[in-house]
Amino acid sequence: MTTLVEVQDISKSFGAVNAVDGVSLEIDQGQFFSLLGPSGCGKTTLLRLIAGFERPSSGHLLIDNKPMDGVEPNLRPTNMVFQNYAIFPHLNVEQNVAYGLRKKSISKIEKEEMINQVLELVGLSELNLRSANALSGGQKQRVALARALILKPKVLLLDEPLSALDKKLREQMQLELRHLQRAVGITFILVTHDQEEALTMSDKVAVMFDGKVEQVASPRELYERPTSQRVASFIGAMNFINGTVMEAKNEIGINSDILGPLTISRSQVFGDLTENKIIIGIRPERISIVSDGSSVTGSISGRITDASYFGETTYYKVACGKGSETLTVSAQNSFGQMDYQIGEEVKLNVDIKSLVGFSD
Amino acid sequence: MSRSTKYLKIFAYTYLIFLYAPALLLPLFSFNASQIIAFPLSGFTTNWFENLLYQETLHEALKNSLIVAVSSSILGTILGVLASRAATRYDFTGKQISLTFILAPLVLPEIIVGVALLIVLIQLGLPLNLWSVVLGHTLLILPFSILIMNSAFSNLDISLEEASMDLGENQFGTFYRVILPLVFPGIMASLLIGFTLSLDEFIIAFFLTGTETTLPVYIWAQFRFPKKLPTTMALGTVLLIVSLILLSLSEYFRRRAANSQNSVL
Ligand SMILES: Nc1ncnc2c1ncn2[C@@H]1O[C@H](COP(=O)(O)OP(=O)(O)O)[C@@H](O)[C@H]1O
Ligand SMILES: [Mg+2]
Repeated sequence: MTTLVEVQDISKSFGAVNAVDGVSLEIDQGQFFSLLGPSGCGKTTLLRLIAGFERPSSGHLLIDNKPMDGVEPNLRPTNMVFQNYAIFPHLNVEQNVAYGLRKKSISKIEKEEMINQVLELVGLSELNLRSANALSGGQKQRVALARALILKPKVLLLDEPLSALDKKLREQMQLELRHLQRAVGITFILVTHDQEEALTMSDKVAVMFDGKVEQVASPRELYERPTSQRVASFIGAMNFINGTVMEAKNEIGINSDILGPLTISRSQVFGDLTENKIIIGIRPERISIVSDGSSVTGSISGRITDASYFGETTYYKVACGKGSETLTVSAQNSFGQMDYQIGEEVKLNVDIKSLVGFSD
Repeated sequence: MSRSTKYLKIFAYTYLIFLYAPALLLPLFSFNASQIIAFPLSGFTTNWFENLLYQETLHEALKNSLIVAVSSSILGTILGVLASRAATRYDFTGKQISLTFILAPLVLPEIIVGVALLIVLIQLGLPLNLWSVVLGHTLLILPFSILIMNSAFSNLDISLEEASMDLGENQFGTFYRVILPLVFPGIMASLLIGFTLSLDEFIIAFFLTGTETTLPVYIWAQFRFPKKLPTTMALGTVLLIVSLILLSLSEYFRRRAANSQNSVL
């Protein structure tokens, strides 16, 4: 795979605020890439740096091996779908979509054909003459997409494109965007604060905090092997358990109140292991409730203190060990699955292979 | 309705009556058959309006007024557009102070503006003619234009400009294809208000004009001839109606400017 966008140690500060702080990234040709992070972490600023609306305070940007220093947005091979869509209110759908075609030497008939094709691609056929003010949020979003895609950019930049839509439409658009990206083969860079959105849509995700990229990985790797506690708790839910390192060789021996002594591989632990304190992370769905308290199987004893019902899953809080530590456990409400009552004594099994350790 | 809003309403209506009742006398007497401006009315006539068609000095003054009003409203609006664009998009030192000074003619008595300009022009050795009136009126119109254009420009979503740049337009194309159409109603409102202000303005025109008089100065001169009073009233009536039409039009554009952009967001 060839690298299309290369962000080289870029920083951008607004006065005293370091909005983007020494970010380096490589984004491949044809990739669906997401920038994920909490509000204010610098995602939009990074996207605007790539589009050319902001100039970096330091660092460089290459697109298709060409340096972008001082290149104006109108001369970059990028197009953007703005967070508020930025549809031109004085133009109709067709005029909006054709906006960027003016300077291209294309015949009128060809233009007409391109417009109809792209409108069909985004699911807006026959709406050519609809006024921009008469469009719903979802339709505006499609016009914004069509307007950018018709120019066949090398990179399409999307700033929280789905955040203004209601849940149903958002989930539908997530799928559509993904299909669209595969169909046109253009590199997409998506900004989002919604981890679910990033995981379901992307080939690769960069997680940002405070202007810095903390981890770049595939969705699966990000979820199963988060390299820091911050990433782990931002993406999905995770239990954190205090433990002590007993032995650190190829295998790491750990002891903890709740889990007792156990051994995990070095590749499951992130950090330098200079101290013997360690935080063990475990996802709620990697713990199972195996039985009621009277049974002998199951390694951990606990008592249910809380249950939250979410339809397909129920989240239980289970008090374990001697102390007041609780684990969150999720159980699929599938056929044959038992219900547990608050106060009930249970035994838990933990999937040791899915544990991660954070040492820092 | 509470008591206080009721009193407020009474106050507002009284205020409006005192403000506009005298203006209503103008059309009333301009259709009155008698030359003497007094009650009781003595009959209906349109003679005074017909008279307007034969007053050559009036036609000359009207032409002068139109030249001044068109030029100064265009000049004032161009300057207003540039100043508001700068004020809403860019930050620079001295922005607030320069804006305050530009807006000062709004509250300064016109006689001060008129006298000050007269002194400056004489000191510079420039002749007094219609163009010096245009200069004075431009100064008068500019603050109104700035206030109107400020609201037009600050309603303008910056991401529309960025979208245009993103789609390949340069600064100039963006101004022409996005900014101008979106602030167009504001520009129309500014032109119309400027035109009306200039058409009615007396003091500055009186101080700065040379031998060529504008309409208000002409009207003022006519008051020396009691016989011509009813004709002058007819002229006043026409001016009143034209002003009302122009102001309603400009209000229409001003509201459209506000609406067309609100619905965008
Ligand atoms: N034009 C600007 N002027 C000043 N500060 C800005 C500007 N743009 C962004 N910031 C600041 O930079 C930080 C990152 O902002 P942003 O990139 O919008 O974050 P995100 O998109 O992740 O929510 C924030 O603290 C924000 O206040
Ligand atoms: Mg943002």
